[in-house]
Amino acid sequence: MELSSSSPSPLPLQEPASPNALAQGSKSAALKERRATQKWKRAIQRNLSGYLFLLPALLIFALFVWYPVVSGFLMSFQNVDLINPSRWVGFANYREVFSDPLFGVAWRNTLAFTFYALLFGYFVPIVLALLINEMRHGKGFFRLAFYVPVMLAPIVTVFLWQWMYNPDSGLLNALLSLVHLPPGLWLQTTSSALPSLMVIATWSAAGGTMLIYLAALQGVPASLYEAAEIDGAGLWRRLWTITLPSIRPIMLLMLILQIIGTMQVFIEPFTITHGGPQNATMSILLLIYNYAFQYADFGGASAIGVILFLVLAVFALIYMRMTNRLMQGD
Amino acid sequence: MALSLKPSFNATPQNEKPKRRKQAPLEDANERTLVSPLAFRRPSGRVIYWVVFALLLLSTLITLGPLYWMFSGALKSSIELDQPSPTFWPSHPGWDNYINAWKVLDLPLYFVNTLILAAGAVLFQLLVSATAAYSISKLHPAGKNLIQFGFFCTLMVPPVVYLIPQFVNINDLPLIHVSLINNWAGVWLPEAANAFNILVLKSFFDSIPNELTEAARLDGANAWQLFTRIILPLSRPALAVVTIFTVIATWKDFLWPLLVLTDTNVQSLQLALYYAQASNGNMPFTYLIAGLALASIPPIVLFLFLQKQIIRGISLTGLKG
Repeated sequence: MELSSSSPSPLPLQEPASPNALAQGSKSAALKERRATQKWKRAIQRNLSGYLFLLPALLIFALFVWYPVVSGFLMSFQNVDLINPSRWVGFANYREVFSDPLFGVAWRNTLAFTFYALLFGYFVPIVLALLINEMRHGKGFFRLAFYVPVMLAPIVTVFLWQWMYNPDSGLLNALLSLVHLPPGLWLQTTSSALPSLMVIATWSAAGGTMLIYLAALQGVPASLYEAAEIDGAGLWRRLWTITLPSIRPIMLLMLILQIIGTMQVFIEPFTITHGGPQNATMSILLLIYNYAFQYADFGGASAIGVILFLVLAVFALIYMRMTNRLMQGD
Repeated sequence: MALSLKPSFNATPQNEKPKRRKQAPLEDANERTLVSPLAFRRPSGRVIYWVVFALLLLSTLITLGPLYWMFSGALKSSIELDQPSPTFWPSHPGWDNYINAWKVLDLPLYFVNTLILAAGAVLFQLLVSATAAYSISKLHPAGKNLIQFGFFCTLMVPPVVYLIPQFVNINDLPLIHVSLINNWAGVWLPEAANAFNILVLKSFFDSIPNELTEAARLDGANAWQLFTRIILPLSRPALAVVTIFTVIATWKDFLWPLLVLTDTNVQSLQLALYYAQASNGNMPFTYLIAGLALASIPPIVLFLFLQKQIIRGISLTGLKG
């Protein structure tokens, strides 16, 4: 790595100007030449070290992102089972996937899950952050209490909730019986299984989103509130005209991120319901997993992956444009 | 703008310190928020404040309640756990459930495995992201824009959409034909390709004044010395953020290790708990609960210690890892 400028001669700019006007001409030509070669040399050195520093990332990205992305696209047109050599089958995988009734079911479930998750998961963190930000006592405790589920390993969260949902010995039905409400079959019926999983996902993610909003709220300048107050703006006015507009970029960003995140729902249906009952919790990612590791149909799995990519890319594009705008300092 | 993704260079920890006050009972009394300080002096304002406070306190039961349920449930016997009407405090607390679970589930092995997975992930991600970000930010090699575009485009592609080709890839790497299945590198390397880290570090490096690097260059420092002696030491806050987010991401990652680590000797804690429930039918249920409880202690402790850094990381990047 010792390639870059190890011979730093003084910069041409620092060359003292010669008082002799005659000598100036020849000297400036030599200087120009020297400056040019030096520039050239430095450019090479800089490029060389630049590429050397980029090398690890280029290798890793090529091997573990760019290549699999391309090969996934190619695999979606091939018959791949990892035993026999792959062969081209054209659009057969796509035809197979689209004629699979589970494909439609999985999309419907995934979109329903995303919708439910946004219904609760989007507003709860905002409200929590707004309230906690106003607290004069116990701010740190609230932050910790609501953030703890985020830190838990997902498998812990999932098993804990599976146990609490247990219709016979679970906590939820015990609490319901305390207030004389009929017990629920949470994960066992087709209508309640998906919302029950959504509750788990929201429980485990809301605190993280809340923390982001809390950070955003800290950035709202106090002078705006004071000025609005002098102008006679009430609490709701200030909320609607100052607080929410100030955190709007983050709210939009979170919306996109939460859509992208919840559409990748996997661990809850995979570990608890296995997609059941009657495929009521079959998600698109679980279907990909099943295609690959149950049916050994890696081509079909890749085809669903490509379709999922196309859907997510729409949101991801919006997300990228927004981060770019944020990076540019708005 | 609410969050500055571009950390101003002068806002590194030293200058931030004075703002941090000791946690007094009225911790943020001087900070103006939505509700005016005047409203708190009115009796009606105080009543509303305490009502909201009580409601918030009550709603922490939603998150802390299940945790209590888990830690206390681990003390119950399997018979007590199966009762149709659960007890809210174990009738005969069996503390040795924790010890038995620790042994039966072989938790020391899996804690160490998880630690190794996290450490390797941090090492590779820092190596890959910091070098690339440095090159893009300070060395400006020709074609930098194209390469940068290639990196940042991958932000658009969530890793799950190329899950299957990635698995096929790891199973038989192109050209060298090596399989990374059951190899920790099979988890480390794909995770190291993280464009978000490059983005975070690059924007931090951008904020380091060029005069500083130019001055060092004039003093005879080469690109490597510049990187290790100036850029990295000045970027500790950003590197800490990347480290913390990487540890959290590795800790929570389930699907990819599930595919790659099939041998029980190399699995992470999460996988061990998953297989303990799925395949070990005659293990007492209370041991599983105790295992879950033990597995949730480290992240809670970690958060207690790193709270400040995590929150700073969130406001630095505006995102979770």
